[in-house]
Amino acid sequence: MDVLDRIDEQVKNNAVMIYMKGTPQFPQCGFSGRTVEALKQVGKEFAYCNVLADPEIFENLPRYADWPTFPQVYVNGELIGGCDITLEMFASGDLKKIIDEATAG
Amino acid sequence: MNKQETIIQKLNLAFSPEHLEVINESHMHSGPETESHFKVIIVCDEFKGKMLLARHRLVNKVLEDELNGGIHALALHTMTMEEWFKKGNAPASPPCAGGGK
Repeated sequence: MDVLDRIDEQVKNNAVMIYMKGTPQFPQCGFSGRTVEALKQVGKEFAYCNVLADPEIFENLPRYADWPTFPQVYVNGELIGGCDITLEMFASGDLKKIIDEATAG
Repeated sequence: MNKQETIIQKLNLAFSPEHLEVINESHMHSGPETESHFKVIIVCDEFKGKMLLARHRLVNKVLEDELNGGIHALALHTMTMEEWFKKGNAPASPPCAGGGK
């Protein structure tokens, strides 16, 4: 399967998906660590992909949604942003709101 | 011109911001690069009415060459004048955990 199709399938099959460096237990980048911490705080289930363990995704994810950096958070198949946006949305309560809506039902 | 100066020049040209800070945070991170991690605080009313995602896209586009060539992390804080006055500062960036390229 083409790597962009693989990414497309991942973000569409998971209501909340994070592409990060390392794992939620052992983040290998401070920005990924903070972002995944916000997702944990929201408390809903989420999927993750460790881009350091998947070079093909590491190379190609930036062109999937035309976003040059990691981490990347997707809700309902839509990119919501990287670390800064996710944390700002967490602080404002918007992150919880969209994740609650995405995972309801 | 070093990367920091290039970033400042490009952002000034593209946005004529009311306030711009480009902070080199490379010392907080692993690796030999001295210009790898930056934090940008940019305040301009062009961001008014735009979602954060759209604002970041605008900045990323202007800094496309830098992001493709050597800059490892770019923390972005994009605000309108009104938001800047309300907030007064931008959050501190995290220390590096050593992963990645």
